[in-house]
Amino acid sequence: MITRRFNYALLAGLVALGLPAISHADEVLVAVAANFTAPMKIIATAFEKATGHQAELSFGSTGKLYTQIRNGAPFDVLLAADDETPAKLVKEGLAVPASRFTYAIGALVLWSAKPGFVDNEGAVLKKGAFAHLALAAPKLAPYGAAAMETLSKIGLMSTLSPKFVQGENIAQAYQFVSTGNAELGFVALSQVYANGKLTSGSVWVVPTDLYHPIRQDAVILTRGKINPAARDLVKFLKSKQAQDVIRSYGYTL
Amino acid sequence: MNFDNPDLAAVWLTVKLAALTTSILIVIGTPIAWWLAHTRSWWKGPAGALVALPIVLPPTVLGFYLLVAMGPDGPVGHFTRFLGLGLLPFTFWGLVVASVFYSLPFVVQPIQNAFEAVNERHAEAAATLRASPLDTFFTIVLPLAKPGYLTATVMGFAHTVGEFGVVLMIGGNIPDKTRVVSVQIYDQVEAMEYGRAHGLAAGMVIFSFLVLLGLYTLNPTGRRK
Repeated sequence: MITRRFNYALLAGLVALGLPAISHADEVLVAVAANFTAPMKIIATAFEKATGHQAELSFGSTGKLYTQIRNGAPFDVLLAADDETPAKLVKEGLAVPASRFTYAIGALVLWSAKPGFVDNEGAVLKKGAFAHLALAAPKLAPYGAAAMETLSKIGLMSTLSPKFVQGENIAQAYQFVSTGNAELGFVALSQVYANGKLTSGSVWVVPTDLYHPIRQDAVILTRGKINPAARDLVKFLKSKQAQDVIRSYGYTL
Repeated sequence: MNFDNPDLAAVWLTVKLAALTTSILIVIGTPIAWWLAHTRSWWKGPAGALVALPIVLPPTVLGFYLLVAMGPDGPVGHFTRFLGLGLLPFTFWGLVVASVFYSLPFVVQPIQNAFEAVNERHAEAAATLRASPLDTFFTIVLPLAKPGYLTATVMGFAHTVGEFGVVLMIGGNIPDKTRVVSVQIYDQVEAMEYGRAHGLAAGMVIFSFLVLLGLYTLNPTGRRK
């Protein structure tokens, strides 16, 4: 019985593979750190309108995108959540050195979907009246690493680590909190902030002396070196139009 | 049991999860398979389709709905909190519940096939000898359905060991609670710790091969199910 079902699945898969691939002349494949998802979607639409190029976006944790690039993923541009990963790619000869620049400086926040749950000094962490604290995997996501740094600085690492639930990237950490399965979690300000204000719940904007600044660098990858759309995208990211979008999500520049 | 080595801890957790899931599935899968094998009800089609759904559904669909349903605002979440059990996501028992759904068809279908293959006349003969239906079931049907149970146990166990997407979505990657082997391998690969990933990944290939080899050697009929 199972074999017959597998045959149908195989058939369906072959049909899907046979569909012609849609291609565009000037298309740029962009690997985007998960925290930058919302602003990048808006920027990409504006970019397509302004230049006629096509931007295809792929989201994930910076660490995961790095691994994919190292293994030959066909990205033209990387928008990372840190400055180390693009620097490392340049050193490894996988990115264009002169193209590297900081497109945004991110902020770490402690957020709960429940209004009034997180106070604006983060005292809720000391009280510990919660079962789960969500964060992004520190090995893969710079925001996760910043959360760990913050917790060690305020001396709560060992008391709170049994309550950690790790998302594979910052989007999953956000999802754990937004569904209420984790009472609170460390996410990016950009995920809970739009048009200059908090979108829902309660938040503590973590003071910047508790973690290293999250300088988010972009870089053109070797594959995108001769792609005019890649060059134009990086130019567009530096435009006032793009920068206004970036700021509206709580990033600094 | 606690292990200092995170890989061994993941292996132990996976074995525990698969063993528990399979035991639960054999118990609840038997009446479902029996009913599906014998009913002439109009509901047979829809119920059979429902049982088979996890074979075709992407694990993300199952993971997404389980996360929402078992969360504080979901129906299952309300129920588990009402029972004083708290919430299921990010817990070992949450994974057990998810795995029971995920591996259901792999246990029910082989048992159902085995029940369907049991000649009705044997059971009828037992009944004429005044065996009670339960007695008939345990002394006649069950022994005849043994190959089906063997396939169900092996497939249920192996499929739970191979579970990944659902665990990733509702597990929260907690050591000793929800960090199973597949998630551990994924983490290691993503972090480019290929050396460590190789150890577990090669182990999985060998384990899966041996399980299937054992199944096909001991139970030649399993191949057709």
